[in-house]
Amino acid sequence: MSETTLGGIAGRMPKFIRRADPAVLTAFACIVILLLLGSLYSRSFLSPEYLLQQLKVASFLGVIATGMMLVILLGQIDLSVPWSVAAGAMMACAAAAYGPVGIALAIPFGVLCGVAIGIVNGIGVAYLRIPSMIITLATNAVAQGLMVVYTGGFSPQDSATAAMRYLATGFTIPGVPNAVIIWALIGAAMVFVLTRTSFGRAVYGIGNRERAAYLSGIDTRRIVMIAFAVSGGLSAFGGVLLAGYASKAAQSMGDAYLLPSIAAVVLGGTSILGGRGSYLGTVAGVILITLLQSILSVMQMPEAGRQIIYGVVIVAMLLLYGRAPASR
Amino acid sequence: MDGAVPLFRMEGISKRYGGVRALEKADLEVTAGSIHAILGENGAGKSTLIKTMAGVVAPDEGRMTLDGREVSFASPAAANQAGIVCIFQELSLIPELSVADNIVISDPPKRFGMIDRGAQRRIAEEALARAGASDIHPRALVKDLPLSRRQMVEIAKALARKPRILILDEATSALTAADVAKVFEVLKRLRSEGLALLYISHRMNEIAELADHCTVFRNGRNVASYKAGTKSDNEVVELMIGREYSHIFPPKPAAAPAATPVLEARNLSWADRLDNISLSVRAGEVVGLGGLDGQGQRELLLAFFGVLRGLRGEVLIDGKQASISSPKAASDDGIGMALIPEDRKTEGLMLPMTVRENLSFAALDRLAKGGIIDRAAEQRLIDDMVGLLAIKTAGLDIPVGALSGGNQQKVVIAKWLMRQPRIILLNDPTRGIDVGTKQEIYQLMRKLADQGAAILFYSTDYDELIGCCDRVLVLYDGSVKRELVGADITEHALIASALNIHGEGADMKQGAGA
Amino acid sequence: MKDWRYLLAEQRGTLLALGIFIVMFIIYTTNHPAGFTANVVQTAANKGVLLAFVAMAQTLVVITAGIDLSVGMILLLTNCLASWLVVGTPLETTLGVIAVLAAGLVCGAINGAIVIYGRLQPIVATIATGAVYYGIGLLLRPFPGGSVNEDLADALTGKLFDVIPTSLVALLVVVLVVWVPFSRSEFGRAAYAAGSSETAAYMSGVPIRRGKFIAYALAGVLASVGGLFLTFFTYTGEAAYASGNSYTLFSIAAVVLGGVSLFGGKGSAIGAIFGALAFRTIGDLLFVFDFDPLWQPLFQGVILLIAVSLGAFALFRVRNRLEWFL
Repeated sequence: MSETTLGGIAGRMPKFIRRADPAVLTAFACIVILLLLGSLYSRSFLSPEYLLQQLKVASFLGVIATGMMLVILLGQIDLSVPWSVAAGAMMACAAAAYGPVGIALAIPFGVLCGVAIGIVNGIGVAYLRIPSMIITLATNAVAQGLMVVYTGGFSPQDSATAAMRYLATGFTIPGVPNAVIIWALIGAAMVFVLTRTSFGRAVYGIGNRERAAYLSGIDTRRIVMIAFAVSGGLSAFGGVLLAGYASKAAQSMGDAYLLPSIAAVVLGGTSILGGRGSYLGTVAGVILITLLQSILSVMQMPEAGRQIIYGVVIVAMLLLYGRAPASR
Repeated sequence: MDGAVPLFRMEGISKRYGGVRALEKADLEVTAGSIHAILGENGAGKSTLIKTMAGVVAPDEGRMTLDGREVSFASPAAANQAGIVCIFQELSLIPELSVADNIVISDPPKRFGMIDRGAQRRIAEEALARAGASDIHPRALVKDLPLSRRQMVEIAKALARKPRILILDEATSALTAADVAKVFEVLKRLRSEGLALLYISHRMNEIAELADHCTVFRNGRNVASYKAGTKSDNEVVELMIGREYSHIFPPKPAAAPAATPVLEARNLSWADRLDNISLSVRAGEVVGLGGLDGQGQRELLLAFFGVLRGLRGEVLIDGKQASISSPKAASDDGIGMALIPEDRKTEGLMLPMTVRENLSFAALDRLAKGGIIDRAAEQRLIDDMVGLLAIKTAGLDIPVGALSGGNQQKVVIAKWLMRQPRIILLNDPTRGIDVGTKQEIYQLMRKLADQGAAILFYSTDYDELIGCCDRVLVLYDGSVKRELVGADITEHALIASALNIHGEGADMKQGAGA
Repeated sequence: MKDWRYLLAEQRGTLLALGIFIVMFIIYTTNHPAGFTANVVQTAANKGVLLAFVAMAQTLVVITAGIDLSVGMILLLTNCLASWLVVGTPLETTLGVIAVLAAGLVCGAINGAIVIYGRLQPIVATIATGAVYYGIGLLLRPFPGGSVNEDLADALTGKLFDVIPTSLVALLVVVLVVWVPFSRSEFGRAAYAAGSSETAAYMSGVPIRRGKFIAYALAGVLASVGGLFLTFFTYTGEAAYASGNSYTLFSIAAVVLGGVSLFGGKGSAIGAIFGALAFRTIGDLLFVFDFDPLWQPLFQGVILLIAVSLGAFALFRVRNRLEWFL
């Protein structure tokens, strides 16, 4: 139904758009509509300052969603995002308390903690064949437990290093926040990996049919393991950036990133069953989610209303184009 | 049709999938108390025809009448209600449920709104007995049963619905010879009880034994209808493919090459499926694996390919002992093995991915430098393969699932040939494939052997083994019972050793009971 | 002939969960300062039953090869609702209970409708609806508060004949009224069939959609029973995000411990109940061994990790590596 109408429109469009996934197009169309709706409320929604600010906020989610996308492409899911983010942030800040060496190693240490969580996930999924939904929930609980024990149940007092703050809030190129550059670099790397490397092909292959990939001589377990490690590392890196943004880590800082990261990937047209999806879609999904959050908060919607609208919008958009094909 | 009133009639049925027409004004008449065979190449419209009858797909045009009244079915359930039951090629059993649950699944007996388990058990036992499969326990889970038993449950399930028209779509493909004999008895009894049976099979001998009437389909139409036994096999095949039917198998080389074995197994055993198997395959040789289905042939191929754990015995490559622990190790350069797996849809291909991605998938490590795919090299190799195998596709960037079955199988073979394997294992590669593609595969096999590949070829079709192989090893119950060479490979010898009958001309009944 | 063997095989998951629960409960009570007394059992039962209801809810959905990540939030929402409605005269209270159960039914039905008729993936769909349910709960109770008919609450959380915890009796009643009829009905079987192999079920003319829809809807009802009991225990309503999330998480843990396959088609709510009771008991072991409560999240996490890894031992028996990829 929607495909035919889209097809009709697509016929009059340039070739590169015609070839694009209708889901990605819809996501970008929704971004434009959101911006227009926002501009009715306030002119400032179309100002370059506001848009750059949104892009900066989006880049944290963008980094985290990049890892999530890799895992979702495999047909798996990473529910350990909340405490991978928090662990990355907390451990980076914690390292900063250990003198100049600690400060220098803060960022890699935080990321490595996320990679470690990801490796546990990867071992569970790839080698023990535990459903990813379960093992990642379990490692999330363990990571939470470790952090609670470490911090004594309070928000940690250590603060972010200057490097972390610079990455999250500084400017290398005038006018373009560093966070946006980082997301662009990570995104570009991801696009390259997915489209041009044998690792990327293997990820899509496993997501479509792991059995066939295995029989084709792919070391499927290694690929799955690496994907989860990357996802954990990117979540933690997102946490490091967030800690740099807020100058310190907080207990439940990652909770707000699980649903948005999954929603961003899926709204961008990546199949939750794996094997299908493009990074461009994820970019669209991330911007869409960030704009939605921003508009709701600018309108001073209370938390309850925000949650409701948020959930309704995601369901509505998925109903629009994220549906599985009819069985008959 | 002997003046009998047709029970069911289809007139002018057409069905299109996208741009492809599956049925084009097809007609069919089904008479009570007879067995009606449907023949045709794959893609001739047989499956669409029966899916239309069974309510799985809705026709675009045409009418169907049952007892002279026009009918249309919204779902398989509706067709069942009308008395049309189909046993599909793809099994329709639910693996986690018990045999009894499955048999009554569409209409379970109820008491006070809940399922009456006692009655269910009785119905199941009765249906299993009618299908000649009372050895299956009604409480067993379907997923624990071997394929051949599941097929029997499928038949029992169909019988429990008390059908007026029973459609069997390749229903015997996974059965052992003993089961086939039992099923035939059941089908003949059902015919005498007044049922109409539609029988779809690629096995000519089965059709010759069972059918009263035959209808041949080609390109979505019924091209001929005749009384069984009035046409020779050759005539029928010509009707099916619409061209001359000759020299389907390429000529074999005069003498077996005397090279050292490339692949060798010594006393290979695994679980209770493989028992002390020793064999060798030389370069340039096509060695067949014969025997009844499920005697360990698949496991043997998987064992060579590094899929099975806990293997006992030795595997030698080029005379040197090798331990192969994964398909990746098996396909590595030192060994150079390839396996064309049993099920192309789940094991050979990633259906939603493009033809290009599927073709290069097994050779990624060769096409990539430092993990980055060399797209020019990929394109060259793919072009070679598409040319070599004459793969018919609308482009390299369409999903491989959009190709016909035969072309899909060619893609599976091509993706392995991209690695130039020295040892090629084939697991029933021609199952469910049209005659034309089969012939191409036979020729390709011989060509590869002539170029020096060692080929181990399992087939459920005896004709193929006779026509293609230099030697045939017949497996029975997990061990090699007999080796047939050259002119000794005859249908009689194959069947006799498959049934584990010692000596020529021994009593067949004895073997069938085993 | 060998019927009992098949019966045993069918119930293996449930029996295993029962075994784990018994062992854990024995360790718990023998180390409890008060020992095995009616009060200890009552407290344990009240805590365990809450999770048991949510685990039952999760089981119904998991059987269809789906997942409901909104069960915890339905529990929160109905808890908040009950803290407004289940008060006053017996008639008002009764109507309130009915209204709360109906709210659960509606939540479950919405999930079912979106997943089945909207054809969305259950993971994403229920995360999103979970956000909506949480939002509504927060609207109802921006701050913890409210009240409940305390006579009813005390009756349902107390002891019957001074021995048997009433909550356990309530659990049994719910099993008999909801689970048994469902699992033995045509729709229950359809839910199992759809979970095991949807195409095969469709080919067999099974009422897949209705079976799945009823499973989702009943899951909502069961979660709301949990919400009611939460209100009875706490006398208040509270929309605490973390608590809703942990109920969802624990329900999945309980389902896994209870031998319900997350791939669908296999397992029973009875197993999940024992899984829930076992999980709760394990969590409480820390208290009887006098650990710092700070360690409890870690301990529960590790238990969860071990529990889910246990299933992996079956892998070492797999001799055909293709069986890894179902």
